[in-house]
Amino acid sequence: MSASLEKGIQALKEQVDSSVASFFSSCVHCGMCADACVFYTETGEPELTPITKTEPLRRIWFSEYTLIGRLMKTLGLAKRVDEQLLSDWETLVYDSCSMCGRCSMVCPVGNDITEMIRRTREGIAAAGHAPEGLIGATQRSVTIGSPMGVRLPALQAQIKHIEKDTGMSVPLDVEGAEYMLLLSSMEIMNFPEFIEAIAKIFDKAGATWTISSEAFEATNAGIQIGVSDIAATLVQRVVDAAEKLKVKTVISPECGHAYMAIRWEGPNLIGKPYNFKVRHILEVLDDFREQGRLTLTGKESQKLTYHDPCQIARRGGVIDEPRNLINMFAENFVEMPENGKMNWCCGAGGGVASIERAEDLKLLAFKHKKSQLDAIHVEAIVSACSTCRMQFEESLEEYHMDIPIISLTETIAEHIAEDK
Amino acid sequence: MNEIEFLSWVRGPGFQIATVIFVAGIIIRLGETLLLGRKANLAEAKGSEMSSGLRTVAARMLPPDRETFKRSTFTIVAGYIFHIGLFVTIFLYAPHILLIKDVIGFGWPALPSQIVDAFTVVSLIALLAILLHRLTDKVLRHLSGPEDYIVWFVTIAPLLTGYLAFHRLGGSPVMMLAIHILSVELLMVLFPFTKLMHTFTLFLARWYNGAISGYRGVES
Repeated sequence: MSASLEKGIQALKEQVDSSVASFFSSCVHCGMCADACVFYTETGEPELTPITKTEPLRRIWFSEYTLIGRLMKTLGLAKRVDEQLLSDWETLVYDSCSMCGRCSMVCPVGNDITEMIRRTREGIAAAGHAPEGLIGATQRSVTIGSPMGVRLPALQAQIKHIEKDTGMSVPLDVEGAEYMLLLSSMEIMNFPEFIEAIAKIFDKAGATWTISSEAFEATNAGIQIGVSDIAATLVQRVVDAAEKLKVKTVISPECGHAYMAIRWEGPNLIGKPYNFKVRHILEVLDDFREQGRLTLTGKESQKLTYHDPCQIARRGGVIDEPRNLINMFAENFVEMPENGKMNWCCGAGGGVASIERAEDLKLLAFKHKKSQLDAIHVEAIVSACSTCRMQFEESLEEYHMDIPIISLTETIAEHIAEDK
Repeated sequence: MNEIEFLSWVRGPGFQIATVIFVAGIIIRLGETLLLGRKANLAEAKGSEMSSGLRTVAARMLPPDRETFKRSTFTIVAGYIFHIGLFVTIFLYAPHILLIKDVIGFGWPALPSQIVDAFTVVSLIALLAILLHRLTDKVLRHLSGPEDYIVWFVTIAPLLTGYLAFHRLGGSPVMMLAIHILSVELLMVLFPFTKLMHTFTLFLARWYNGAISGYRGVES
């Protein structure tokens, strides 16, 4: 057995616990997960059925953790996990799964299939079969601190621009601030308006905040590629910075998996609870709203809808907050046919957007979102995830749909009452 | 071995062997699953694991949301029909209740045999349709292996042989009853080592699903 295969098998073994064993014991091969997956519904390819993507983990569970499986393994009858299997499964678990979690919502026996795929990635990555794009993003995250290779001077340059344009300050490394803001590289490079929006909103709300020069990156490539050690290293950087600056709350920005990483997986990855809170920016804004610290002026009369980013809504638990906020300024808000925890994925999450060869599949997967949009005829889409936003921008253009996709935080900032 | 001897074997030693494998197998399977354990969640909770888990155990018993129902109508409807049919035929048929009473010491009221008979026919039709679906649907064909067909066979066999024995079809009544009991024993022996185990493990699976999701504040 090669060393890499051994590592892969070991990583898979570490993923088996009583939940995984219950899930595999319960699957009756009913196929309902296929109908819940954009990668199946838009391609019609049965190989992309979600539960199929967990086969390497299933084999390890069966042959190592069940009596009958161990017996069959001894007799040479159990299906093995080999180099070929892990290599064949690379595209299944990475290119054609956005970790959206919809399959986990419909499985009649209750399997959290998404969690099973997430764990299968650990084995495939450990055996060296992760996609190049994700490996690159992970390496840059570890060495540079950002999957896109964004360094501190780039952030400082953006901050300088914003401060010059708006006259407001963007606090860096302020000890004792209430909130510490994390940013995705995409926001720093493509959507710096987000930082400007935060400055404006927090100023009006009278909340102190800061960005850490040592840990400003919110994204966690370790989560996407499925390497827990690296994911933990990246989480630890944020924890260290938050402790150093003695902040009360760390804010996860408009990025789906960043929230999953820092809010839900983080403490489990580093093996201890935080001594600060982690909130998604929409949760913070909704708190401001409740406390009467968010006064908006003017309404949006155009017909709007909200796209729930999977990791923030279904997998993250932030579902009501964006709707409360949208109600503050929208006169004509409509929901998509299936929304909130049952929303359909845009097709780009879970690392798919970083995989070059998955470009066509990603566009194809968007077709489900397109059909949802076709049903409601809106003039603008509000959302809260940079990856969704990029996917919408590319796909809407590809499918000749002239609908702007806007950030919820930025829209709130535009409606902030100037006189307080 | 003549018919009578065959019947008394399946009723006596045969049934005992099957029961031991069935019970011991289930205990082993549940034990090897639960003993794996699971790490406590260290993230700050947004909801309760226990109540969300229990909620999902119950919720997935009910039909799903309308759109999911539309997408998987056949699987859901046929699934309900044969599961309800199996429940009625196994647990609400007078002779079965008598047998259970013999083993565990207490029983419950039965349904009239004509009604159980009707449930049997409907379940048989549903199971045949399910097989046809499995053989023709591209996703199901992709997912299915020998175990899926074996499990289908050992599930329909007791229903079919029971139906034949009840209507005195297909051979001598003694022989048909013996074959019926043997088919049940086959089901019991394979039960712990196949996907039939979902009967028990789905409660665990649903609980974990609900707990994972509920901890983050989402009802799954």
